[in-house]
Amino acid sequence: MGSSSSMPEEVQELADKTGFTLEQIEHLHRRFKQISGDQPTIRKESFDSIPDLEFNPIRSKIVRAFFDKRNLRQGPCGLADEINFEDFLTIMSYFRPIEMNMDEEQLDHFRNEKLKFLFHMYDSDNDGKITLQEYRKVVEELLSRNPHLDESARSIADGAMMEAASICVGQMEPDQVYEGITFEHFLKMWQGIDIDTKMHVRFLNMDTMAHCH
Amino acid sequence: MPGPFLSLLLGSPAVGALQGPWLRPPPEDAGPENGSWGPEGAQENESSVHLAVFSLDYQHVQVPFEITLWIMLASLAKIGFHLYNKLPSVVPESCLLIFVGLIMGGIIYGLNDKSPPVMDSDIFFLYLLPPIVLDAGYFMPHRPFFENIGTILLYAVVGTIWNVFGIGFSLYGICQVKSFQLQDISLLHNLLFGSLIAAVDPVAVLSVFEEIHVNEKLHILVFGESLLNDAVSVVLYKLFRSFCEMSTIKTVDVFAGIGNFFVVGIGGVLVGLLFGMIAAFTTRFTKNIRVIEPLFVFLYSYLSYLTAEMFHLSGIVAIIACAMGMKRYVEANISLKSHTTIKYFMKMWSSVSDTLIFIFLGVSTIGDNHEWSWPYICFTIIFCLLWRALGVLVLTFFVNRLHVNTVTSKDQFIIAYGGLRGAICFSLVFLLPDFPRKKLFIAATTVVILFTVFVQGMTIRPLVDLLDVKRKGESVPTVGEQIHIRFLDHLLAGIEDISGHWGQYYWKDKLEYFNSKYLQKFLLREYDQPKSSIVLLYEKLERKHAIELVEAGQLIHAPSHTSLLNSNRSGVMVKDSDSLNEAVLENIQKILTRNLYKIRRTVPAYNRHTLPGESGTAEQAKEILILRHRSLRIHMNRSDSDHSRKEKNDSDSAHGGSDTKPKLRRSLTVGNPEKVPGMKCNRSKSMSFSSPLQLGSTELVNEEEREKGSHAEIEIHMKESERKKEVCRTEALLLHTIPAHLLRTGSKTC
Repeated sequence: MGSSSSMPEEVQELADKTGFTLEQIEHLHRRFKQISGDQPTIRKESFDSIPDLEFNPIRSKIVRAFFDKRNLRQGPCGLADEINFEDFLTIMSYFRPIEMNMDEEQLDHFRNEKLKFLFHMYDSDNDGKITLQEYRKVVEELLSRNPHLDESARSIADGAMMEAASICVGQMEPDQVYEGITFEHFLKMWQGIDIDTKMHVRFLNMDTMAHCH
Repeated sequence: MPGPFLSLLLGSPAVGALQGPWLRPPPEDAGPENGSWGPEGAQENESSVHLAVFSLDYQHVQVPFEITLWIMLASLAKIGFHLYNKLPSVVPESCLLIFVGLIMGGIIYGLNDKSPPVMDSDIFFLYLLPPIVLDAGYFMPHRPFFENIGTILLYAVVGTIWNVFGIGFSLYGICQVKSFQLQDISLLHNLLFGSLIAAVDPVAVLSVFEEIHVNEKLHILVFGESLLNDAVSVVLYKLFRSFCEMSTIKTVDVFAGIGNFFVVGIGGVLVGLLFGMIAAFTTRFTKNIRVIEPLFVFLYSYLSYLTAEMFHLSGIVAIIACAMGMKRYVEANISLKSHTTIKYFMKMWSSVSDTLIFIFLGVSTIGDNHEWSWPYICFTIIFCLLWRALGVLVLTFFVNRLHVNTVTSKDQFIIAYGGLRGAICFSLVFLLPDFPRKKLFIAATTVVILFTVFVQGMTIRPLVDLLDVKRKGESVPTVGEQIHIRFLDHLLAGIEDISGHWGQYYWKDKLEYFNSKYLQKFLLREYDQPKSSIVLLYEKLERKHAIELVEAGQLIHAPSHTSLLNSNRSGVMVKDSDSLNEAVLENIQKILTRNLYKIRRTVPAYNRHTLPGESGTAEQAKEILILRHRSLRIHMNRSDSDHSRKEKNDSDSAHGGSDTKPKLRRSLTVGNPEKVPGMKCNRSKSMSFSSPLQLGSTELVNEEEREKGSHAEIEIHMKESERKKEVCRTEALLLHTIPAHLLRTGSKTC
């Protein structure tokens, strides 16, 4: 899957599968080659070469998401060791902007896919729910630039979890245990935030390319 | 003679007061006021040998007296409107104020039988407009503004230019028609008129839109446009005005005009940011003189406005840039009280300004300043509406092609319909150089303003209801949402980095990085580490809570602790449960209701009349009650665990370490996180999450026994300040994150 630009049918296949245009695929392929150093696959270490990514607090989660088999649609759990260009495109396709000509069903499906991607980022142990520990880890990573706030991170996470419980389950019996946030609950939580318009990257203009080391 | 004396006494000071320093008399009048004291003076002279026991010297206090009277009139009018509750919802306040102004103008006209004075443009631009714009800029919500900045700028710049040229050229076309007798108005004059009438007015928009509560995006689009189009209208107005005076116009001048626009806009922003940074830097050193902190905010903002005006840059853009730039750092540096002071003063000043502007608008309408011409005026109104609608349609078409976040057609209608003109146009038209048709322009401007404010202002609310435009959502901001939004921000920035695309999130991230690395070190007094918005959100509440807790904590006495403790245990699987001490609880509830806690919302303050976070309810008192219970229990548990740790070291280790327990309380999680992965949310009758259920019933019983024996410790522990702080933190967090309905169920059984 190296040089797709010389094989139009494969590119067309990719375009149909992921929804990108031919131009965008070409640009992303160039970028892929930059990251991988002209190799056919990239590993986790390849992402170290992107300078701006270092300062991102949730860097590890983002990189991990690229290798998550659930996102790559290769299996229910686990991590791949390396990904090829097709997988790269698959991950990127989660961030396509919604198009005007999509109907309700397609929009719903698309939205679900995006939220599933997010859910997988939160749920690191692949058990289908976001437990308190995982939530805490997310908050800690988000606040990782502030070294003095470990305690607060925990309390914030706890409070957020309680909130989530109240939104999702409502009134609970005294003995009930809230195991974790399932995907349905997750959907409910994100209802207020307009995913359709927020979670996308404009792949239109790719001329301003950032360079790796 | 008492008669003429009285009439002079009543008539002339009143009229003199009405004229005042705000208003200069219309050109053809000469003020006869100075001679008014003639007869009285003559009387004085006759008895000049004696010392006057009672004397009146109006001249001495005239200026401040008259200013105060005007402001008093404005404020009393405002009270009057709000006394009758239904009125502001039907008729917007701006209409009522203009009406009052019209009445006042009529009175002056009747008394003096000459035109009432007209509002001085200098006074308007230098004194009345800045407070309103400052208020708008300071409380502008950052996120929606910058998310929609592209659209806003498009409407403001391109839209205004479109309107100006459209109205100018079409009016010129009308002037060509022979039967209207308007042929002496040249194209340049028409364009000049177009440039001042085309711009949407922020004052009018604000006063109308804040009452109808449309959704945030729509509000920010209209409002942002009205603020930012100042740059364009300033440039075009000055351009056409200087063209009027020049004999020949070369293309060089046109290019100079375009260049001037960039200078005006960008220069305004730079001036504003400069003063904003200086203000932030100044507040870094105000730790010991907290009292004058609010003053700096106002002084620097006003300075930025005046400096921009001095260089003929856009003052409005400067003051907005100043306010938005300095807000973040100033708020971190100043004390809480200064912050409240700033908020209140800004709202007060902008309110007064707003009211005065509309009243003067009404007063200045009456008089001989107008030349009426039916065709010109009617067509002006028609073209204003038409070109605005067309402009919005065309521009939105382009916006929707580029953006995912579309502007719906309902939104478009409201944007087009909400293009109100106001006092800025009015002042600009009076600043026009004198030429034969000036009075016609004044008349046309007045009619357009009155039309937009009255007709459009009054009908926009029913239209919003009719079209079912999306209204402002009533949602309490939650920590969870904030976490998700930040997560998404970082995620998208990361994806943009990976894909090599420098998009919106990339730049936002870079700005944040620059901010935390350089700016914050320089401008913040207590620079420990960069603060995330999540942390800021909940620290704000923590502070307020700490004060509340200190007040309430001292009122509760020792004996009630046992009963509270026992009552809290009642819902949990514990064998012994004493009966609730009802009287004690009622007492506490009474105490707490007195110190009502108001949940502070971080929603933007659009309303001119109230500040955010001012609606206190009884439910919140109950919430406090629940949390007090919890906090007391936490105190006691912690004191117990400390106490027990000293005494019973061995048994503690058998329970899995009591050092885990304080961690439990502090973080208010249920259970030991290492042991039990799930989180137990115990919606028990009195308390909720914090019961360490999974330690097992035996442990609970042991705990109970321990607690019974340590009442004496409790009071002492209560007074320790760090404990309070910790509880405050968690309590603040809880109060912030737990919705009220949840806590209410707990209170029923209390």
